[in-house]
Parts: sequence; structure tokens; C-alpha cells
Amino acid sequence: MSAENAITAHQLTKRFGDFTAVDAISFEVKKGEIFGFLGANGAGKTTAIRMLTGLNRPTGGEATVAGFDVYRQSEKIKENIGYMSQKFSLYEDLSIRQNIRFYGGIYGLRSNEIKEKTEQILTSLTLEAYADKIVGELPLGWKQRLAFAVANVHDPAIVFLDEPTGGVDPATRRRFWEMIYATANLGRTIFVTTHYMDEAEYCDRISIMVDGKIAALGSPGELKERFSATTMDEVFVSLARPK
Amino acid sequence: MNSSIKISNINHSFGEVQALKDISFEVAPGELFGLIGPDGAGKSTLFRILTTLLVPSSGNATVAGWDVKKDLKQIRRRVGYMPGRFSLYQDLTVEENLQFFATIFGTTIEEGYHLIEEIWVQIEPFRKRRAGKLSGGMKQKLALCCALIHQPEVLFLDEPTTGVDAVSRREFWDMLQRLKEHGITILVSTPYMDEAMRCERIALIQAGEILSIDTPQGIIGSYKKPLFAVRSKNFYQLLQDLRGYEGTERVEPFGEYLHLTTKAQVDSEVIETLMNNQGHQEIVVKPVEATIEDVFLDLM
Repeated sequence: MSAENAITAHQLTKRFGDFTAVDAISFEVKKGEIFGFLGANGAGKTTAIRMLTGLNRPTGGEATVAGFDVYRQSEKIKENIGYMSQKFSLYEDLSIRQNIRFYGGIYGLRSNEIKEKTEQILTSLTLEAYADKIVGELPLGWKQRLAFAVANVHDPAIVFLDEPTGGVDPATRRRFWEMIYATANLGRTIFVTTHYMDEAEYCDRISIMVDGKIAALGSPGELKERFSATTMDEVFVSLARPK
Repeated sequence: MNSSIKISNINHSFGEVQALKDISFEVAPGELFGLIGPDGAGKSTLFRILTTLLVPSSGNATVAGWDVKKDLKQIRRRVGYMPGRFSLYQDLTVEENLQFFATIFGTTIEEGYHLIEEIWVQIEPFRKRRAGKLSGGMKQKLALCCALIHQPEVLFLDEPTTGVDAVSRREFWDMLQRLKEHGITILVSTPYMDEAMRCERIALIQAGEILSIDTPQGIIGSYKKPLFAVRSKNFYQLLQDLRGYEGTERVEPFGEYLHLTTKAQVDSEVIETLMNNQGHQEIVVKPVEATIEDVFLDLM
């Protein structure tokens, strides 16, 4: 089973005092899949992601990420995943080259590997001429693509993207999704959250969290059919605000 | 000229970076006007100039009839401003924040209550909670109450819905529609193109320049090129193939469809045949009306 699954969660639960933030969620993400993890603010997405990335210990249930157990092997999980958030997690006062070297080092790449990766990233993003430019001075779209490349620097099995496209212009947003597609085509698993409902359509499958539970899970086509909706926006609204 | 906001040839530079380039437009009293554009477009800089927090490098603007460079006090008394970053006092309670803003504007909560009532009742259960401990949606509602409590003539909302989920965004815009009924002029910015449809008029802004100003319908209507929604089983391959098609002017993913703009008028069947010949399956091609985002992409 775990041979085809990048993530498995079974009855995964997190309680803070008497508040249940994540309420016994179960799902699987297949290897190479683009999995959209949606939900309203406060539905429990962030808490669930923190458990899956080994940052928070669950209160109950089971989960494995890249084949490792979230209770016992959280350090192994961190080594085998990439993570990128809306805030990009790059060091603004380091150059492009220094950021790549820093993250390569953090993930334990050897110096010749870091050198190789640096060239590879600079070429694929056509940033060769800007390698020594300070990241804080780069346009938002460049930073975003660089952050994605850096999150992939150690060839992780899974990349978690937490609202990666917030605030960027429509052309950059689309170029970014093409990077996601290309990466998924290499067999890497993508776990992504977004508030843009058109982006939900680009995912292979989607789960929608409501009040700590997974209220729906399926491909965009299946979900639209199940909720008699023409867009994912309608599906989302009918789930997040029932009545 | 009876404009609530009048902006004439505003330029602003931060060192070598030109953040705003010759911006001019007017907002009528009681209008709900949207400034639509991505991060870094210059939206916040313009808000800071209009709320007298930043003096523009050149150009003029008036708000509620007062000059942004000379009449700071008059303007500050008459406008409400909700900056993009949460800027209330985190360690004051919900109630204390509202009281504070009422007091510094020399008014009382009672006097402005009719404006905020509908929003306030939603956060009132948390009135003893510190503002820093509120959820994102609640913070946003409190910030709006604090910006409204002195009954401003003009309300500036800088990206009030950024990072907010699709349903809460919708509810926020419903709230703005109702505020409009009180006659308040509202200038609101957003990076979400779909929200443009909720405004009476909009300005599309990118890299410090205004690309277009009109009603949302007017902007959509300005897209005169042939536009199709297209899809097939292998979406990503289809995108690559259509990029290679000589008749393509531009093609981009738009949710479950690709939007294809062709250089010349063609029949849907022509595109369908072409895709068929390239081995695509489950092909759908249909002419569609442009969205604000199509226009934005075209003007960029």
C-alpha cells in the first residue's frame, strides 16, 4: 500500500484542550499526484499540515509521510519533504546563490552537489545573470519560483506548498502552476493549499476541510458532479456555508 | 468638480524604484471603486498618499475636497483606513480597540454604532478577548469596525480579503455593498480578479501604471479578440500543443479550461479538428466571454 502512497492518514486527530482542531481525518495521497488541500480559514488545514510535516505531534490516529511515521520518525519526514509557504521562506538579505547554498547545506547536500544544484536551478529559471543579486530586490514572481526550486533542492519525495500563489499577478500565477505540473510529471508528489478556486481545478484530487473534518474528497470533476455545481467555487461555498 | 477622490498625475519614487507612474482618476461620492492588481503594483503606496501618510514625489490629489499635501488634519478626520497589515492593538481587547478609535476621533461608540452594528454583532461575543488572539476573519471585521466608528466620508480598504478563503471573501463583499447604502465612498484594493465584478468601477493596476479604468462590464467588453474555452483529457499536453499552433495569440489555464485567444476569427470546429489530428480525446471547444483576468493578462 505505501508503495503507491506518498501520504496516508487514518483517523488523524489534534486537540488543543477541549477544542478539536483536526477531527479524525483519513485520506491517501498517491505518489506523483497533485493533491489540493482546501478549506475555509480556521477549518484545521494548518494544524493538519503541521502534523504531516512533523512539526506537531498528533493527539490520535495514524499517518505516514514518504513512508515515515509521524510519531516516531518526524526528523526523517523533514528530510524527505520540501516546504514552501506564501512568505517564501527565502532569506531576503542573502543572494540567490547564497540562499541555494544555505538550503542545500541545511538538507545535508555535499558541496559538489550544492554546486551542481545551483547551476541547475539558475539555468532552469534563467537566473544565471542574477546569481549574486540580493533576493530582497527581486520581483515577486522570481522570488516565488526561486522559493519553489529551493524547496526542491534536496529532491524530496513530497513538496508541501502553503498558499504559494497569494498576491502574485495572473501571468506569474500561471507560470508557477506550470512549474508544479512539470515537477509532478517527474513523479514528485505535490500537496498544495490555495484560496484561488480556479487553481483547485488544476489538482488531480482535492479534499475540502470543514470544521476539522474532511467534508469532501475527489477529483474536481467528481466533486462538481456530486454537488451539482459548474465550478469548484460553487462546491466550496455549498460545503463551507451549508443551508 | 464634485469628486470624493480626485487624483491628478501622481508619481512616486522610492530611490530608483518608480512605484507610481502618472496616476490619474476620480471616484464619485458614494461609489465603490476597486483597485485591482498584484502585490507590488503600487496599490498600498497610493493608499498611503491618499490618507496623507506619504507625500507624493509629484502630482496632486484631493480627498473629500481637501488637498493631501496641505490639509492633513481635515483629511484624517474624514477618512477611515484599513491597512493591508493588521494594525490594531494586539494586547487591547476587542472592545478596548473600538473604544480607543472612537476616543481619538473625538466621538463615541454610540454615535457611530448604526454603521458598524451588522459587523459588530458578529464579533461582540469575543469583546473581552485580546485582538491578537482573534482568528483572521474576526480581526478583519474588528479592523473594519475601527475604521468606521467615526463615520468617515471616504473609506480606504487595502487588500481586506488577502489570504481570506473564498466564502469569507464573498461575505466581506456583501458587507461592503450594504455599507455603500450609507453613502460612504469606498476605495478598495484586491489582488483577486474575480472580486472586480463586485465594484461599480475598477482600475487595473500593474507595476505602478494604470492599465485600464471602466466599469467591470466595460472592461470585459473591451476584449475584442476571439476567445475560446478549450479542454481535453490531457490538459498539460493540450497547453503545449496549442502554444505551438500558428493561429494562437495566447493560451493560458483558466480553471478546468484553457482560454485560447486566436489571431483571427475561426470556427470552433477548426480548433477541434486540429486537436483531434494531434490525438487529443474528450475535446471541448466553445466561444466564451472574457473575464477581468483575460483582459488583465492581455494588457500586461
